[in-house]
Amino acid sequence: MNLLFVVLIPLMGAGLTAWISRFGRLWSAWMAGLVALAALGCLSPSVLAAFGGETLIQRWPWIPELGLELAFRLDGLGLAFTAMVLGIGLLVILYARYYLSERDDMGRFYAFLLLFMGSMLGVVLAENLILLLIFWEMTSLSSFLLISYWRHEEEARNGARMALAVTGFGGLAMLGGFLLLGEMVGSYDLSQILQAGDQVRADPLYTPMLVLILLGAFTKSAQFPFHFWLPHAMAAPTPVSAYLHSATLVKAGIFVLARLFPVLSGTIEWNWLVVGTGLTTLLVGAWFALFQHDLKGLLAYSTISHLGLITLLFGLGTPLAAVAGIFHVLNHATFKASLFMAAGIIDHECGTRDMRRVNGLWRYMPYTATLAMVAAASMAGVPLFNGFLSKEMFFTETASFLAEHPMGWLLTVAVAFAGIMAVAYSLRFSHDVFFNGEPVNLPRKPHEPPFWMKAPVEILVAICLVVGILPALTVAPLLQVAAASLLQEPPPSYDLAIWHGFGLPVVMSGVALIGGLVVYAERRPLFEIADQLKGRLDARAVFDHLLARLYTFARAVTGVLDRGSLQRLILLLLLSAIGLGLAGAIGSGSPLTGERPRMPIDGVTLFIALALALVSGATLLLHRLRLTALIVMGAIGLMVSLLFVKFSAPDLALTQLTVEVVTVVLLLLALYFLPARSPAESPLWRRLRDLGLALAAGGGAGALAWSILTRDYDPISDYFLANSVPGGGGHNVVNVILVDFRGFDTLGEISVLALAGLGIYAMLFKLHLPGPMHNPLGRPWNWDRHPDIMAALARLLLPLALLVSVFIFLRGHNQPGGGFIAGLVTAAALIMQYLTNGVAWTHRRVSSNMHPLIAAGLLVATGTGLASLVLGYPFLTSTFTHVHWPVVGDFELASAMIFDLGVYLVVVGSTLLILVHLGLMHSASHTPAIEAMRGTAWKS
Amino acid sequence: MLNPANLLELAILIGQGLVTAALALTLWRLLSGPEKPDRILALDTLYVNAIALLVLIGIQRNSSLYFEAALLIAMMGFVGTVALCKYLLRGDIIE
Repeated sequence: MNLLFVVLIPLMGAGLTAWISRFGRLWSAWMAGLVALAALGCLSPSVLAAFGGETLIQRWPWIPELGLELAFRLDGLGLAFTAMVLGIGLLVILYARYYLSERDDMGRFYAFLLLFMGSMLGVVLAENLILLLIFWEMTSLSSFLLISYWRHEEEARNGARMALAVTGFGGLAMLGGFLLLGEMVGSYDLSQILQAGDQVRADPLYTPMLVLILLGAFTKSAQFPFHFWLPHAMAAPTPVSAYLHSATLVKAGIFVLARLFPVLSGTIEWNWLVVGTGLTTLLVGAWFALFQHDLKGLLAYSTISHLGLITLLFGLGTPLAAVAGIFHVLNHATFKASLFMAAGIIDHECGTRDMRRVNGLWRYMPYTATLAMVAAASMAGVPLFNGFLSKEMFFTETASFLAEHPMGWLLTVAVAFAGIMAVAYSLRFSHDVFFNGEPVNLPRKPHEPPFWMKAPVEILVAICLVVGILPALTVAPLLQVAAASLLQEPPPSYDLAIWHGFGLPVVMSGVALIGGLVVYAERRPLFEIADQLKGRLDARAVFDHLLARLYTFARAVTGVLDRGSLQRLILLLLLSAIGLGLAGAIGSGSPLTGERPRMPIDGVTLFIALALALVSGATLLLHRLRLTALIVMGAIGLMVSLLFVKFSAPDLALTQLTVEVVTVVLLLLALYFLPARSPAESPLWRRLRDLGLALAAGGGAGALAWSILTRDYDPISDYFLANSVPGGGGHNVVNVILVDFRGFDTLGEISVLALAGLGIYAMLFKLHLPGPMHNPLGRPWNWDRHPDIMAALARLLLPLALLVSVFIFLRGHNQPGGGFIAGLVTAAALIMQYLTNGVAWTHRRVSSNMHPLIAAGLLVATGTGLASLVLGYPFLTSTFTHVHWPVVGDFELASAMIFDLGVYLVVVGSTLLILVHLGLMHSASHTPAIEAMRGTAWKS
Repeated sequence: MLNPANLLELAILIGQGLVTAALALTLWRLLSGPEKPDRILALDTLYVNAIALLVLIGIQRNSSLYFEAALLIAMMGFVGTVALCKYLLRGDIIE
């Protein structure tokens, strides 16, 4: 059970963290730490089993119809990554608390961080491939939010967008790859897939599947040619870089390589693609890292280089290389996270990260300098630090190809070159920043950071040292189980000692160290070459160009379909509807009129039908006079309602009546800004064409209705009529359908209504429109805003109207009515107070803030659904009982009524929110008093 | 002959006829105007007539199903009339 919660705790905790920050910014830091600790605690019962070599698999059905389940898996590989995500995550949470400044919103930061943490845990713990992909996409989205955390900076927004575009593209490719893989094996479960390696490799679709999955992994892990997003993502706050861009996010691609290693590797395609990409990335990253003047830029390119190194190791395909790869993942995470944190401290203390200005910091912060230089030594691969061990294994693996492959020497030389560059850029990081003269023109005088900001760096550097000196006593067991579950078999024997005896790997290490020193000492000419190359090798320009082309293409496609003319779209829609309708009617050969005996026509119905036709026609003729047309339309609504009553649809009639009045108010609010007459804009021929089209479409719809109504057919309503009372406990079938049979639809609809209300509120925010100062006839408006008689009468009506609303709500389940209609009645009753007594008067009595009401409605409705889930029934199952109340008699109580209450609240809140804010939009323009009141209403 | 039950039935029939005639006349006023207040008043009268018609039909069929519709027309019709009048008066209906 616990694995699900390991993932869910950070995801759920994100919201809590954001919420709690309103009590003080540090609360969110504590909360984030607690959440991460809770996730760790939740994981702990399973840790020993995973260490024992067991593979823990836990499943819950999710969408069984699609074969999707929430399946999680904890084995050695997952454990290693989980430890990294949670361990470094905790340190980053501590570090960020001191890194973020007073101006930064801590709640938002930690909420995004936890969101990312949960997604990342989901990736490394997923057992189902589709589930893995969902979490994978969530890491892309949450990292977008984290990179663009300083959203006022253009760099941050562009960097985030680029990262999302590149990784999003990769995610799409990976979805294709996973689908191919899942269909090959016949299961999306990793346990099944990991056993099916031979079958997968023999499949004819193996190569496309491999390419797609690798595209996903390479984009995420910033492999060449997709590496360019990582340096631009450095616009993120440094804790984010330390977490995402060293330890976790970029390792997700590596994780997929490792996870699917037993299935995908062992073919020539795998070797060439993965080794080729890894090697290129290793070299490109190592070369460019040296020439970055930005401290974080150097670290970013060095990260790219190390990711290339790991990819290269997996590409070699031998078990030992895979072990070295996973070992380097762990080592890189520790030293690179600490280096990023150190860079953040330097940035924090100096106000800049430019290595041409940040010099000689040894004198100001010797302690931090020591820590940073130890980590840099580990990055360079100096003996006694953990980076040396895995780099030595890396050299050994590549050197072994010298004998096996005629081109093996090329690999050895390239790798040695990358090693030299790694030493050189590590030296630059240490020497340029901490020595090399005096600081140049810093905005502030640097000093040592607070104790707790250094603590995470200390811990990580200590790990670098301890692992580097005593590997067998520290990392060996974790590495052993991780390697075993990676390979799906016991790993070959390897030796974690510092000294393996004299051989090619030692020579390569020595060459790298000495060569690095030489390169750094003679760096001036190299910098000149790099400066010349700078303008030409800009991946960002290529990306921007491609993106611009994509936009142009998308606009061209849209332009063909949508020329910005509503009339044209309607024309196309109607023409196709008429065409399809005609095609169906001509082909069928059945008569227009069916055999069903006609019902008798009574005088009243005939009269109403004729009146309806008359007023509809009149609206058509009067439509250029806007207000007149609106008044006549009121009569149409009334006639339609009467027809609904006549044909036994009282609920429809009630809905029609209430919606009608709300619409009239809405249109009147808009008419205030519009001219009184609509001018004729189209030429005569076009209007005649449209008339013909309208007649054809209307006639077609009428003929269709006629031919259906004159036939006997089997409607689906019989089921609802039969099951309404036994299944839903209500006699009003319409209401039972809304709140019970189709409750889920209703929940969706009220969510849309709430969103529409909030959307309109957001669009109208601080929008002031000047209204006309005189009426369409040129006379000034009446001075009497709120005539007294009208105001007094409306006040008297309010309680009566609310009573009607309660009545309609309570009866809803058995008689015509329900939450939606009752909500509209309440809204109309309150709107009437706004109309007659004014905004100021009403807001003194009713809160102007409708958001809590809408939220409460959604919570009540969702809560009712969840309650049935908690009790073990499907979502939104309703229950009912009959109670005997003393005076009232037998009364039906259904849980659906609580759901209906949620509907009621949302309807009231959204309707008022929309109408009142539309109204306020112009009253603000000529009544300053209301403007002032409006300001306070928002604050409350 | 005229007994009490028949009397009620007859009264309802006559009432329906009269209300329908009233509906027709108000409809004429709604369409012919000439001024906007005429039309608004006509619409309001149309609501009143519709309530009468619904209640009469309800009594005739001995059914309570028509009651809610009549109730809501009474309420909502009034709100609509108030909104239209406020528009004529001030243009700005929520201020």
